[in-house]
Amino acid sequence: MIPRPKPERFRLRRTMIFMSAQKPGLIKDAYIYGVDSIMLDLEDAVAENQKDAARFSLYHALKTIDYGDTEVIVRINGLDTPHWQEDIRVCVAGGADGIRIAKCESANDVRTVEAAVEAAEREFGVEVGRTLLMAALESPKGILNAYEICAASDRMFGVAISGGDFRKCMQTTFQRDGIDMVTARGMMLMAARAAGIQCFDTVFTNLDDAEGFEAEVRQNKAMGFDGKSLINPKQIRLVHEVFAPTEKEVIQAEKIVRAYREQSAAGVGVFTVDGKMIDIAFIPGAERTLRLARACGMYEGDLV
Amino acid sequence: MEILKPAMAGTLESSDAQVTVEPGEGGVTLELHSSVMNQYGRQIKATVLETLERLGVDNVRVTVVDKGALDCTLKARVECAVYRSCDMSQANIPWGGVIR
Repeated sequence: MIPRPKPERFRLRRTMIFMSAQKPGLIKDAYIYGVDSIMLDLEDAVAENQKDAARFSLYHALKTIDYGDTEVIVRINGLDTPHWQEDIRVCVAGGADGIRIAKCESANDVRTVEAAVEAAEREFGVEVGRTLLMAALESPKGILNAYEICAASDRMFGVAISGGDFRKCMQTTFQRDGIDMVTARGMMLMAARAAGIQCFDTVFTNLDDAEGFEAEVRQNKAMGFDGKSLINPKQIRLVHEVFAPTEKEVIQAEKIVRAYREQSAAGVGVFTVDGKMIDIAFIPGAERTLRLARACGMYEGDLV
Repeated sequence: MEILKPAMAGTLESSDAQVTVEPGEGGVTLELHSSVMNQYGRQIKATVLETLERLGVDNVRVTVVDKGALDCTLKARVECAVYRSCDMSQANIPWGGVIR
């Protein structure tokens, strides 16, 4: 039995890879890829008549396999299915770090899941509040309710858009420039930032289109996403490269954080670094850059 | 648990095992086919028998076609097949109790 450390609500989540919980060949060594989070799937990747088998397989994987620093999230079946309650029981009993709510459309959906998670935590003697939540928005209604969803629970660490279902609802298809989802991505990002949680983009499904994938990842970073959902290990490296800060950004962030600590200790609130005005508003961003840099092996200092 | 009807769980994919349980004839009989029989046959057999014992199954004919499954996968497939044979695999599983 491998006891997993208490999940961190806010940690680095550049990459989150989907794996069917029903496939032992995939889940047994998913930690070797260096992905930030793995998403063991009980939903669409598992056939309707194998939902029960996937849970047994998931339970023993969670209890037996040492995933190390890789975060382990489970995508449960939708609230309109007969499966989600047992899905939650097995996630909590197995000690998953978090649960992804599929097809989330309202704060009420989050609260429904939260109540079931809390009941399961009590049933299985797990610390109440340990299990984190994230929501997948897959419909226009989910996007329009994004803020109330993001702010619905202290367990919520992030929100993600699911492109396949969303594009279907909007009567559009994948477009190379991202125009099909630009409004939804923007609205979701704004809601997540307003609620103070993380935001993740959808999967890119054409594994042969490396150029299209890179363009989408670069757009994700420019829009301010924290990370991206992936379907194949070969997509991990590019996302980590694109999301890594530049050397210049790391040096600048280090200067800002160091100067801020010195100046605030001396009672100064606003000051300049390399001719640019700096105050407390710049600090969270600079610290985030340093944490990202540390994860990418670019920073070894002691400021974060 | 009593095996009420034949039931199966698992696949023939690499790293998996396909487990079939059927009502027994007064004991546990195990038929094992494995791609790694020479190296792991004894351990696979022990894991399957231990799992059945834990579930309180003492009257069963069990067939395992193993494709290099880890112990945790074998346990999951045996448990699921047994629970399916009792129509109990869908809800209220005793996670952390008899399933461990």
